[in-house]
Amino acid sequence: MSCCVTPPAWQGWLWSGALIFAAVNFGLGVAAFLSWVERKQSALLQDRIGANRAEIFGFRALGLFHIFSDAIKMLTKEDFAPPAGLRPWHSLAPIVSMGCAALCLAALPFGDSVEFLGRSWSLTPLPLEYGVVFVLALLSIGVHGVVMAGRSSGSNYGLLGGLRGAAQMISYEVAMLAILAAPLYIYGTLDLSEIARWQARTWHGIPMWGIFLQPLAFILFMTAGAAETKRAPFDLPEGEAEIVGYFVEYSGMKFGMFLTTDFIESIVLAGMATTLFLGGWHVPGLSALGLPSLVAALLGVGAFILKVMTVLWVLMQVRWTLPRFRFDQLLDLGWKNILPLALANLLVTVWAAALLS
Amino acid sequence: MSLELSSVKADLDAFCGAPLAARGTGFDTVWTVPAAQAHGALERLKSRHGFNMLADLTCVDLQGFGKETGAPSPAPAGARFKLVYRLSALDPATGLLNARLALDAWVDGDAGPVSAGDLFPCADWLEREVWDMFGVSFSDRPDITRILMYPEFVGHPLRKDYPIKKRQPLIGPPDGPPRERLTEADLRPRIVE
Amino acid sequence: MKAHESRSYMLNMGPAHPAMHGVIRLLLMLEGEHVLDAEAEIGYLHRAFEKHAENDPWNNVVPWTDRLNYVSPLINNSGYCMAVEKLAGIAIPERAQYLRVISSEVSRITDHLTCVGANAMELGSFTAFLYLLQAREELYRCVDRLTGARVTTSYTRVGGVKGDMPADWPDMVRKAFEKVRSTVKDADGLLTKNRIFVDRTRGTGVLSKEKALAYGITGPMLRSAGVPYDVRRAQPYLVYDRLDFEVPVGETGDNYDRYLVRLAEIDQSMRIVEQCFAQIPAGPIQSPDQALPGSKMSDLGKRGMTADLLKAKADVDPTLEGGARCGRDSVMAPVPDATLPPKEETYGSIEGLMRHFEIIMWGRGITPPAGEAYQAVEGGNGELGFHVVSDGRDRAWRVRVRPPCFFNMAGLHELLKGALVADIIATFGSINMIAGELDR
Repeated sequence: MSCCVTPPAWQGWLWSGALIFAAVNFGLGVAAFLSWVERKQSALLQDRIGANRAEIFGFRALGLFHIFSDAIKMLTKEDFAPPAGLRPWHSLAPIVSMGCAALCLAALPFGDSVEFLGRSWSLTPLPLEYGVVFVLALLSIGVHGVVMAGRSSGSNYGLLGGLRGAAQMISYEVAMLAILAAPLYIYGTLDLSEIARWQARTWHGIPMWGIFLQPLAFILFMTAGAAETKRAPFDLPEGEAEIVGYFVEYSGMKFGMFLTTDFIESIVLAGMATTLFLGGWHVPGLSALGLPSLVAALLGVGAFILKVMTVLWVLMQVRWTLPRFRFDQLLDLGWKNILPLALANLLVTVWAAALLS
Repeated sequence: MSLELSSVKADLDAFCGAPLAARGTGFDTVWTVPAAQAHGALERLKSRHGFNMLADLTCVDLQGFGKETGAPSPAPAGARFKLVYRLSALDPATGLLNARLALDAWVDGDAGPVSAGDLFPCADWLEREVWDMFGVSFSDRPDITRILMYPEFVGHPLRKDYPIKKRQPLIGPPDGPPRERLTEADLRPRIVE
Repeated sequence: MKAHESRSYMLNMGPAHPAMHGVIRLLLMLEGEHVLDAEAEIGYLHRAFEKHAENDPWNNVVPWTDRLNYVSPLINNSGYCMAVEKLAGIAIPERAQYLRVISSEVSRITDHLTCVGANAMELGSFTAFLYLLQAREELYRCVDRLTGARVTTSYTRVGGVKGDMPADWPDMVRKAFEKVRSTVKDADGLLTKNRIFVDRTRGTGVLSKEKALAYGITGPMLRSAGVPYDVRRAQPYLVYDRLDFEVPVGETGDNYDRYLVRLAEIDQSMRIVEQCFAQIPAGPIQSPDQALPGSKMSDLGKRGMTADLLKAKADVDPTLEGGARCGRDSVMAPVPDATLPPKEETYGSIEGLMRHFEIIMWGRGITPPAGEAYQAVEGGNGELGFHVVSDGRDRAWRVRVRPPCFFNMAGLHELLKGALVADIIATFGSINMIAGELDR
C-alpha cells in the first residue's frame, strides 16, 4: 500500500470495517438485483416477457419490485426442518455458505488508493497481502455449508446433492489453483490490489491486462470458477429436474440464503476474474487525463463495477444456453481436461517469460 | 403379407391335435386355441414361424353378451373369459409385417394358462393387467400383483358384474391407525425385502 | 426389489417429481450413483377409459380418446373411429380420410415437439424447450381453428369427421410450418452438435433390436434401434399408401438416436401434410347467393316454418358439426343409421329430424353388428391399436387400447440397469411416456 503518512491503527481498522460493511451490502444488493437480471435476461433469451406483476401503487418498474416481493415471501414462510434431519446443522449450513461467500467480497479491490485529506485511503476493504489465497480458502470453507445441508436434510436426495456438490467443488478448487499459477507467476504477487495495479502498464498503448497475456487461463478460470460456484452448465448439485439439490429440505429464508449464496459467489467469481484478468479498476487512458485523485478513484470503482456486471452478464448467457453436464463427465472435465491444460499453460508461461527477460 | 398362414395353421392344427376354429383373413386372422395349449402354440409360433413380437395380450368378459340384442354369444358353454394374444411377425430388416395373428383362448373359470413371460418379457406387465382388471390368473404366477390399481383395491373392475359406480372401502396409512404426529421412523425409507 | 449389500440404498423418484412427466413412480436401488435395479410403478393416472367405453354410446367415447395420449389427441380420435368403422363396415369419404391424415400428422408434430422440448429442459437447456413450445403454440392455434379446442379435440366421428376445414386453414397451417421449421432449426443448432448434450445422450439408454422386439416396443424407440417398422408403411390405412414419405431409422438405439429420429419425423410429417393439401379432393362449393344463414334456418325450423327449408342452402360454418348439405357428404359417410343428416334435412323434413334423433338419443344410435375388429394406427410412440368388441347394442361391449407407452415402460428397467442417476433423466425423457396413454 503506497501512502504518505502512517495513520493510527484504529483509524485503519475503522475505515476497513466501514468498507467491509459497504462491500458486503454492495454484494447483497447486487445479488438481489441479479435475481431480477436473471429473470429478465432469460426471458429475453427465451422470447418471453418474464416476471412483471409486482407493483406498488400501480407502478410496475419492469418487474424490479419482484426483488422485494420475493424477499418478503421468503421471510414470511414457515421455517421448516425435516424431522428426520439434524436440526442444528440444518440451521447452520446456510449461514456458513453465505457467510463465507459474503466475506470473500471483502477482499476484492474496488478501486485504487485515494489521496484525500492528506492521507491515502485504500479502497480495498481487506487489504491483505495474500488476497488470492484468502478468497480461494473461503470458497473451500463454503463446501462445508453444502455438505452440512445435504447431510442434515435426512433425505437421500439431499445427500446425493451434497455429495455431488462437495466432490465438484473440491476437484475444481485444485483446478483453479493450477490455472491461477500461470498469471500469478507473471504478476509476482498474491495481493489483489497489487495485481490490479500491475495490469495498468501498457505495451505499445495496449494495457497489459491478464486477458491479453493469458487468454487460455481466462477461459479456464471462467469454466473452473463456474464449476466451483455451481453455476452455468455445472449446476448438477442443484440439478432442478433431477434430484432437486442439496437444499431440497429447505424453505423460506434459509432457502433464500442458498440462492443468495449462489449469486454472491457469482459476484465473487466475476470480481476475481475482473481483478486477475480484466485489470480491476483500471480504465485505459484515465491516468493521462490528470483528474483529481478522488474523481479518478471513483471512476475506477465505476469501471470495476461495470466490468463485474459484464462478466456476470456473460455468465447468465452461458447458463441459459447450455444443457447440464452429467456428474462423471463434469469431474472428468476438471481432472482430465482442465488440469492438464492449466499445467501446460504454466509451462508455456514460464518458458516464454524466461525467453523474453 | 408375405407369410403363408395356411402352412402355419396346419402346423398348429397338428400340434393341438384338432383343427383350430378360424375367422378373418389377412392381417385380421383369428384362431381359437385351447387355453391349456396356448403357451405351446405361442412357443411354436415364435420359434418356428417367426412371430417375434407380442403386440398385445388382453381379455374380454363375455358374461351377458347379447342379452339385450339377442346376438349369439361366441363363448362355448360355460366359458366367461377369453384371452386374446396378438402376435406380429416383423421383418427387422425391412420393418414390414410378414403376418399378424390373433389367438383366442377360452379360460376355464378364471384360471388362465401358463404365463408367456419366458417367451415375451412384455407379457409380465400384460398379464398383471389382465389379473388386475379381470381376475384371470396365470397358473405359474401365484404371486401376481396389481399394476394399474392400488394394492388394497377390492375386486376386478373390468368384469361385467363390477358396476361402474361401485365404491371401495377407505384405507388408512400402512401401519395401524392414523397417528397425530409423524415420527422419524415414518420418514426413513424402508428397503423392501 | 431385493435389498442388496449395505452399501446400496433405495431412492424413490416418486410420483411427484419434476422429471417424471405424467405421474409415475420409479423405485431405484442405487450404489453411489449407479443404478443396480429399477422398478416402475404405474397406475397413478388410471381413469377407467375402458370401463367408460362400455357404458357410453359409440360416438360418446371419442372425447375419452382425446385424453389417452393427450399431446396427440387427433391420432387417438382417428384410431378409435377407424376401429368402429371397420367393425360396422362403413367406408368414409375420401376428403374425410385426407382430413384425418392431416390432423393426425399435425398431432404427431406436436407430440414430438413436446417430447424433444421436455427432454432438453430436463437436461438443462430451458431455452430450447421454450423455443419448441412456441412452435407448438402455432400448431395448437391451427388445431383450435379446425376442431374448436387445442387439446381435447374430439374431431372424428364414426363415419367421418365432425366438420370440414375452413377455407383459409391450409394457409394457416403452412405459415405455422414455417415457424416450426425455423424453430426446429434453432433447437437443432442449440442441441445437436452441442458437446454437452451429445455427451449426455450418446451411449445412454441403449436399446438393442432384440430387446425392443422382445418387449413389443414400437415407434421411435424401435426405429432408433434400427428396425424401420412404421404402421403407416407396414399396414397402410386411410390414404397413406398414396403419400410419399420416409421412415427415419437410427443405428444404436441410444437417447441421441431417438432425439434425431423424432426431429426427422417432424420433417416427414410436414411433408405428408403438404402432399395432402395438394391431393385433397375438392371441398364444399357453396354458391354465395340463395344461402340461408344457419341461425335463421334453425329459427324457422323451430317455429315450424319448414316449407322451403329442404330445398334451401344453409350457410353454416364448415367446422360446425352437422353442416350444410353441400359439404356434408364430403366429410361424413352418408350412412343413414350412423351419421347425422345435413341441417337442411334436419330442419326441413320429418325424416331428417327422426334420423337426427335416432342417432343422438340415449338408447338409440349407431349399432354395429356383433363381432370384433382390431385397427392399428401409428401413434406418437408406436403402434396404437384399438380392439373393439360389439354385441349389436348402441354402445361397445369392450374397447381395448393397445398403448404403445405401456410396452416402452415395461422395458424401462432394462435400459436403466447399470446407468447413472443422471442418465435416468435423459433416458426417461426420451421414452416419451405419456401417463394418459400408459394408465388409460
